[in-house]
Amino acid sequence: MTIAPPSHSPLDLEGLITLLNERFGTGISLLKEAPGLVVRVLDQAVLRAVSRFLFWEADGFFGGLIVEERFGEWTLQYLFLLRHIGWVDVVVRSPFAQKAIPSIVAEVHAADWYEREAEDLFGIDFEGHPRLGDFILHDETWQEHIAPMRKEFDAAVRNFEREPNQKWRPTLVVEDPGSFAMPVGPVYEGGLGEPIHFLLETVGEDVIREVPRLFYKYRAVEKIAEGKAVSDVLLLAERFSATSAFAHSLAFCQAIENAVQVEIPARASRLRVVLAELERLRHHAGAIEGICQSTALSVSEAHAAIIEEQLLRASAAFTGHRYLFGLNTLGGLQRDVEESGCRDLLRAIDDADSQLRILEDRLHYTSSFLDRLEDVGAISLENARDLDLVGPVGRASGVARDLRKACPYASYSEYSFDVPSEKEGDGYARLRVLFAEARESARLIQQAIASLEPGEISIPLDAPVSTVAFGWAEAPIGAALHGLRLDSQGRIERYRILTPSFRNWLGFHLAAEDFAFQDFPIILATFGLSATECDR
Amino acid sequence: MSFWFWNGLKRGIQSTRYPRLPETTPGVTPGRPMATTFASAEEAAHAASGCPVGAITAAGREALIDLRTCIHCQRCRFGGSPPVEWVNDFEWTQLARTQTSFEPLNRSFQRSLHIMVVDAGDCGACLREIKQLNNPLYNIHRLGLFFTPTPRTADVLLVVGPVTENMRGPLEKTYHAMPQPKKVVAVGTCAITGGVFGRTFASAGGAGMVLPVDLEVPGDPPPPLAILHGLLVLTGRKSLQLSQTAAAS
Repeated sequence: MTIAPPSHSPLDLEGLITLLNERFGTGISLLKEAPGLVVRVLDQAVLRAVSRFLFWEADGFFGGLIVEERFGEWTLQYLFLLRHIGWVDVVVRSPFAQKAIPSIVAEVHAADWYEREAEDLFGIDFEGHPRLGDFILHDETWQEHIAPMRKEFDAAVRNFEREPNQKWRPTLVVEDPGSFAMPVGPVYEGGLGEPIHFLLETVGEDVIREVPRLFYKYRAVEKIAEGKAVSDVLLLAERFSATSAFAHSLAFCQAIENAVQVEIPARASRLRVVLAELERLRHHAGAIEGICQSTALSVSEAHAAIIEEQLLRASAAFTGHRYLFGLNTLGGLQRDVEESGCRDLLRAIDDADSQLRILEDRLHYTSSFLDRLEDVGAISLENARDLDLVGPVGRASGVARDLRKACPYASYSEYSFDVPSEKEGDGYARLRVLFAEARESARLIQQAIASLEPGEISIPLDAPVSTVAFGWAEAPIGAALHGLRLDSQGRIERYRILTPSFRNWLGFHLAAEDFAFQDFPIILATFGLSATECDR
Repeated sequence: MSFWFWNGLKRGIQSTRYPRLPETTPGVTPGRPMATTFASAEEAAHAASGCPVGAITAAGREALIDLRTCIHCQRCRFGGSPPVEWVNDFEWTQLARTQTSFEPLNRSFQRSLHIMVVDAGDCGACLREIKQLNNPLYNIHRLGLFFTPTPRTADVLLVVGPVTENMRGPLEKTYHAMPQPKKVVAVGTCAITGGVFGRTFASAGGAGMVLPVDLEVPGDPPPPLAILHGLLVLTGRKSLQLSQTAAAS
């Protein structure tokens, strides 16, 4: 698949509607709906062509796939984000009796894992997908053909009378003489690494094929949210992934706020920017620490670790929680901050910012360190765009997408900041992006605190009923999207979390393959991904 | 060329003085809700009903806190009026519910304790807080506490997360690979009671459902010093009884 040349005149909404009608005629029906356009696919034969058009020709970002079980049929919603237009939802309906739904993987490679997930959790078959089965529910632990996301499945029942396939073994493809598979995980690094199982196929030195086996931490967050009140699911939204707890709770709250179309108070909206950027800064300091640790440069590791802990302490002193739990609430923030707290935070941010600059400068002049990162784990722009990698990983390869700019939320449009990006896509480029983003976060916090004016911190907001809600935020790892459907009592009927780690893990093998074993931990660290955010 | 060695030395010792001296730097702990006496029984009942996880029970005018289920959502602190009082301490380690008595490890472990961690589905916070123990600001090596990469040399198993179905097998295997004597510490509310994830088809609802847990370090997440306190209790260098009464008060 090659990258189509972007059209010279940027598409607007009317232009897109004309083009879609011309191309697909009666195969689709269009509906303008905030915050964008809904494309109903009437004839499933055009689904692949519509996705290809939106992803490649209209240069859209693939947000993910939301599956719902409603009125005896499947509703599949493919999300695309188009520049100057906004969100375009491609909706397909399919009765249960239909055997398989056409897979769009051949056109949009980024959809690969979303379809595997839907197959594993809902039992939907996708026609033309190269590899289905054994994904979230590991075959050695779970029975075949249980579909936990189906409405009839009771999440509270722990069914231990099952016959998992104990003889399950991974499929190996490398057939060279002397080839073997090196397993890593799920408990490794003394348990200090998140549980993931890596299967490294090799003939001795280079990793020829890498298959990550994730979802050891599958807690079925989307399933257990069903039937709960919105305020209870908010707790889940901020507790399923602590490294980006604030970003996820922000996306969740903004989904509800978008649905009822309320404007939250300016002070709350600006403070949300402060807190979201504080989280990004802390996350990036931790990611940099991880990279230093992977290259065994202990002093730099200690340096970054101190920065991270100081930011954790500053977060707790500022808000009462080291990981920013319990701050977002529907309609604003749960607590206000004091003038003196802001001054202390600014001091901590200045300190972290200058320490990170010193660290970057020192690393920049340490050739033994750079040797381990440069040209290691490179992902080309073409591959990054193909899998639509997000966040710092995507930006290091030149995919400069950022939801803070693409569809601004909170009060990001008030402040000036850059979205740093690099071209090389190697480990060093990813490290430089982390440092540059940390600097921008510090700048944003300073601007946002300076713009704080006294006022209300939240507005009372009741959860809406019988509606859909959709919110987004740029988490430290990349784009986080939360979709909700609320029933007539205002309870959650379906909760869907699309996380950046889920997307970027799909691209990890591109970086890990064709490099030596000793590069593997470094590539892993430069990706800085979270398993818990991916697994949910 | 950077002079890493020299730059490292120049920064001097930054480690906390805990456990020899108390640690009071702002932000080392998020604090915890404590038993509060309200003006009336209605107010106490109101505080109890406002807790999303039922960690607060009203007894007359008093609101009692069960730290084992508290998820630090801060709703009783800022959402409810009148608020429940919070206190900034961190010595929260408790005896596991299933245990009746606690015997610390013998003297030979006091300055040489090897720690194995299993992440059984935590949100990343507890695991990061455990990692912070290696941070120069905490530097647990000075106390003779070490993380070990293999269960064969481990004396204590720290379990974080509610124990997902996919991690139950690896967790049990790790436990059985450890030599005797061995202790298990459940770190964080999720590992103690399942937290917000509860007991479902995908989560066991705490490490105690799978393994014999000795100690519990409550908190969501417990700060590094709370985890350190748990490890010191395990080796008999801090006492459990004092903190037990403090937590129950």
